[in-house]
Amino acid sequence: MSTQTHGSDGARDGGAGHPPNSEILRLEDVGKSYGNVHALRGVSLSVRQGEITCVLGDNGAGKSTLIKVIAGLHQHTDGHLVVNGEEVRFTSPRDSLERGIATVYQDLALVPLMSIWRNFFLGSEMTTGFGPFKRLDVKRMTVIADEELTKMGISVPDLERPVGALSGGQRQCIAIARAIYFGAKVLILDEPTAALGVKQSGVVLKYVAKARDAGLGVIFITHNPHHAYLVGNHFVILNRGNVSLDRSRADITLEQLTNEMAGGSELQALSHELSAPGQTPEPAAALAASRQTGR
Amino acid sequence: MSTSVSTPSASPPALRAKDDRVKTRSLTSRLLSRPEIGSLIGAIAVFVLFVVVAPTFRQPASLATVAYAGSTIGIMAVAVALLMIGGEFDLSAGVVVTTSALAASTFAYQLRLNLWVGILVSLLLALAIGAFNGWLLMRTGLPSFLITLGTFFMLQGLNLGVTKLLTGGVSSDSVADMDGFASAQAVFASTIQVGGVGVRITVLWWILFVALATWTLLRTRVGNWIFAVGGDDAAARAVGVPVRKTKIGLFMTVGFCGWFVGMHQLFSFDSIQSGGGVGQEFIYIIAAVVGGCLLTGGYGSAVGSAIGALIFGMTSLGIVYAGWDANWFKLFLGVMLLLATIVNLVVKNQAAKR
Repeated sequence: MSTQTHGSDGARDGGAGHPPNSEILRLEDVGKSYGNVHALRGVSLSVRQGEITCVLGDNGAGKSTLIKVIAGLHQHTDGHLVVNGEEVRFTSPRDSLERGIATVYQDLALVPLMSIWRNFFLGSEMTTGFGPFKRLDVKRMTVIADEELTKMGISVPDLERPVGALSGGQRQCIAIARAIYFGAKVLILDEPTAALGVKQSGVVLKYVAKARDAGLGVIFITHNPHHAYLVGNHFVILNRGNVSLDRSRADITLEQLTNEMAGGSELQALSHELSAPGQTPEPAAALAASRQTGR
Repeated sequence: MSTSVSTPSASPPALRAKDDRVKTRSLTSRLLSRPEIGSLIGAIAVFVLFVVVAPTFRQPASLATVAYAGSTIGIMAVAVALLMIGGEFDLSAGVVVTTSALAASTFAYQLRLNLWVGILVSLLLALAIGAFNGWLLMRTGLPSFLITLGTFFMLQGLNLGVTKLLTGGVSSDSVADMDGFASAQAVFASTIQVGGVGVRITVLWWILFVALATWTLLRTRVGNWIFAVGGDDAAARAVGVPVRKTKIGLFMTVGFCGWFVGMHQLFSFDSIQSGGGVGQEFIYIIAAVVGGCLLTGGYGSAVGSAIGALIFGMTSLGIVYAGWDANWFKLFLGVMLLLATIVNLVVKNQAAKR
């Protein structure tokens, strides 16, 4: 994919030839506890304009908690959240939105039975006329929705179609296009490729790259290192609420990332365990035996 | 804002080219995707049936009566349809009609006031009942079915209890000789001559309400929100739709229409039976469902509810005009409801595929 080359030249430091990418969002030692459970501990990360920061992690690593803190659904209990150089504490998703942080959740916040253009403008409808004659500006909204989707390279022939009739990838793209159109500076994508097939994932990744090219700072949450490596400029791996890896693209290979992501040594042990067919993994003996055959 | 999204490499004309896998939808399939189409076919079938079997049905006067029967159901059904599109039920919709009528007549009668004062107090009461239903729903998160079942019984008990307490009987006192009766009757229950045929004024109100509801649903922000809160209220909330206000407003609309029908009933005669209205809520719901509203919310139309109500009017009177035993009416209702739901389901699935 074309994006392979894009982020290679040390994009973290601004990149050669480009003006230095300014930091939009920064987390400093952010922690979140629910009662006596520490879901997030000392997480620091930085999101820059025109960069994709990938947050990887297994189930329960704290990815959702991280999103919720940035999106304003939960408040962090430790550390600082800095947006455009200003420390903030969000009390509602509205606060976060007003700062230009848009979140595209897994469920996408689209209404399946409503048409594409109605979904695109839901909650921010354009109107025309005054007083009792104030009405939806249907024509303008369909034209703009069509333009925005075309810019993103999404072809939907009929904007009157209900969103429920579209594929998962198309829906994902509509949600992304909507966030970009409504002036998002930071785009948080919560596992956008999780439920998609190979082709569909590719399509979505292209739009993620387009959002980056449009100058947005993107936080791409995923548990697929392959998808992350295709587009990411910077990689953060969460493990049990801690940051276990924090590297820019120049400092890591896909293999390393995959390995780190899978828990490195844990995966190796697992692969040995599983590669001995028909055997109950009697710890010492079975592992020792399979270590010979497996590698 | 959006202008920064410029991709010099991509050529817009090429992207604009239509996806060759997707055929442009024909007029028929677009027509079939309208929610009210099933009920329209049903209405035509019922109409043709009674035109054939009942000669009386063909007379203009009979048709005006049919329209009147449709209007008394339809005014309520349009509000119930909006509420159902918004994803909620109101089982108190039937008794709130009686409550409004009793409140207006009793208040004015007991305090010897102009009837219009009673009418206004009754309007506030009906809106308050709707607001209470909506507020409790949003506050507790309980299903609206349970909450409005509660208000249904409460209002039914209040209607009977308060009336018995004040009049010692089961009907309110006559208000026929009170101030404001004539003007109120002109507004809520008069008959207008149109080409030699007497048309009840409720028919005109009904048309007005359906037109207003259709306009609101399809061409205003509030309409967009109604579809959204019914289709997926979590998604609606996430993009900033005022879910609570929208739902409470819908319950208050049901209250308003209940008040209107209540006033019509009161001023058609001069007193009201305190046990009335029970069971009517299902008729309204059936009219809305026959008209294409989904029980799960997010889909339906105001015009559909009107067609549903009209099918009701045609059948209830058509059976009489045809000289059949009127006891068969309920059986017909049930069959009609099942058929309509199945047709709507099929039509909706087909429409979504095309």
